Amino acid sequence: MMPWTTDFLLPAVLTLGFLQGLRWMRSPETAVRGNRLGAGCMALAVAFAVWRHGVFWLPQAWTALVLGAALGLALAHRVKTIQMPQLVALLNGFGGAASALVIAAMIPDLTPAAGPWSWLTAAAALSVGSATFSGSLVAAGKLQGYLAGRPLRFTGQNLLLRGLGALGLFLLAAAGVLQQPGWLFALTALALLYGLLLAMRVGGADMPVVISFLNSLSGIAAAISGLALQSPLAAGVGTLVGVAGLILTRLMCRAMNRNLAAVLAGFATADQERPGEAGGEPAAATRASDSDSDSAPLDASHIPALLQAARRVLIVPGYGMALSQAQQAVKNLMDALEAAGKEVKVAVHPVAGRMPGHMHVLLAEVGVGVDKLYDMAKINHEFAETDVVVAVGACDVINPAATTAKGTPISGMPILRAVDARAVIVCNLDEQPGYSGVANTLYQDPHVITCWGDAAQTVPELTRQFASVT
Amino acid sequence: MPTLVLFVFVVACALLGYRVIAAVPPLLHTPLMSGMNALSGITLLVALRALSHESSVTPLSMAAVVLATANVVGGFWVTERMLRMFQRPGKEEEGR
Repeated sequence: MMPWTTDFLLPAVLTLGFLQGLRWMRSPETAVRGNRLGAGCMALAVAFAVWRHGVFWLPQAWTALVLGAALGLALAHRVKTIQMPQLVALLNGFGGAASALVIAAMIPDLTPAAGPWSWLTAAAALSVGSATFSGSLVAAGKLQGYLAGRPLRFTGQNLLLRGLGALGLFLLAAAGVLQQPGWLFALTALALLYGLLLAMRVGGADMPVVISFLNSLSGIAAAISGLALQSPLAAGVGTLVGVAGLILTRLMCRAMNRNLAAVLAGFATADQERPGEAGGEPAAATRASDSDSDSAPLDASHIPALLQAARRVLIVPGYGMALSQAQQAVKNLMDALEAAGKEVKVAVHPVAGRMPGHMHVLLAEVGVGVDKLYDMAKINHEFAETDVVVAVGACDVINPAATTAKGTPISGMPILRAVDARAVIVCNLDEQPGYSGVANTLYQDPHVITCWGDAAQTVPELTRQFASVT
Repeated sequence: MPTLVLFVFVVACALLGYRVIAAVPPLLHTPLMSGMNALSGITLLVALRALSHESSVTPLSMAAVVLATANVVGGFWVTERMLRMFQRPGKEEEGR
């Protein structure tokens, strides 16, 4: 009875605990509880493993556990919200590496008697884990600025990667059939190189997709190592992580109108063929500027009057806001506008930050209430009834060229329809295009006012100008 | 556990997980990902087992334990930190 309880019942119960924790992630009120339930389940699982495998009196085990906990705490406690993407990328890498290392440590146990299944799963866990590790380190390095954010391209890159992929599959099969550790070592080296090359050629703007994908891979690596070593809990929980990563990857791809293969290939979207409906409503984008023919072009001198007269204001934050650390300034502007009785909401594009949900965290940190944050799908129809849009460090996500122009890297990407608002104040650093490299046609629009400069200065200036007229 | 049962278990996790995780709002996607970092530290279980095996290579399994523990502890802690930020305005009602 005992083995049945510990081998099946306990993993099943703990998995349900993890699932309940994730269910509580549905709302910010219950999410803290959900996270703690997850931590509790994990603590139970680890305590049980320590007892079960008899490592309680093993100094190596405690040394490693204490070292790991210290490392985790040091990383998690100091990280700033703007650095969250690189932390997640780094931890993705740790996850992949841990799965690969476990398998590597168990290679002496892998005799030909272990059977092709064990060899195949071991080989798969090794390769996925290794590729996740090297790819994540490159992604984290790019995000942290240790590596250039530009995609690295060279001729023959596609051919090389395809060749390496094919070679990897061959080695995987060879490891399963021939069952010699040598194949596993070769496979590991190849996977490390593959992850490295793949991540090197992905650009900064595609990071939300890449981090989500690597998140998924780190879970898949854990799941396969669980399968290889017959641990139901590792297999099940690893699968949960894999699924979550895939859901987010798909979401991010959709928000950028890209497919995963194209992102990993480092293509600009223009290179891929796209269904015709991408530029479906080009007329809508020019509508606002045409119908507003009664007013002369707006300029900076109109700002105080515009803000004073406005009833509904929408803030559109972009990654530029995070770069200039203007979150507090934005919050102050929101407070000032609200104090004057205006309705203020924040419209968040799914890829406004460097990872899914990044912008929400950045704004929550400075105390912007979660009830003020609206996702693109919920808020986009409200732009037409908005008096003033204040875009802070956001370029590509409000660029009407995404719907009007064809064949650009952002064509077909869903955008926040700031162009529909009665007036738009753009607080961006300069006139340069966003990460996509596509010039923003919004800047030429007569109902758009551009305030070039560091948002940490230009946004407080807006607040001052508004205060001067109230 | 027989491999077949293990497979069924994994598929069940994938299906249930999809339903539950797809319902997490974009607002909480960053904490979701860091929480997933913590969960991917589940490899710690197999790493501890590897450490207990005499035939396994100790430095490698120790390194696996270190990294997986860093994921678990770091992942849960940073998620906790972030989720508290989301709770702050509603709870304390700091006047504006």
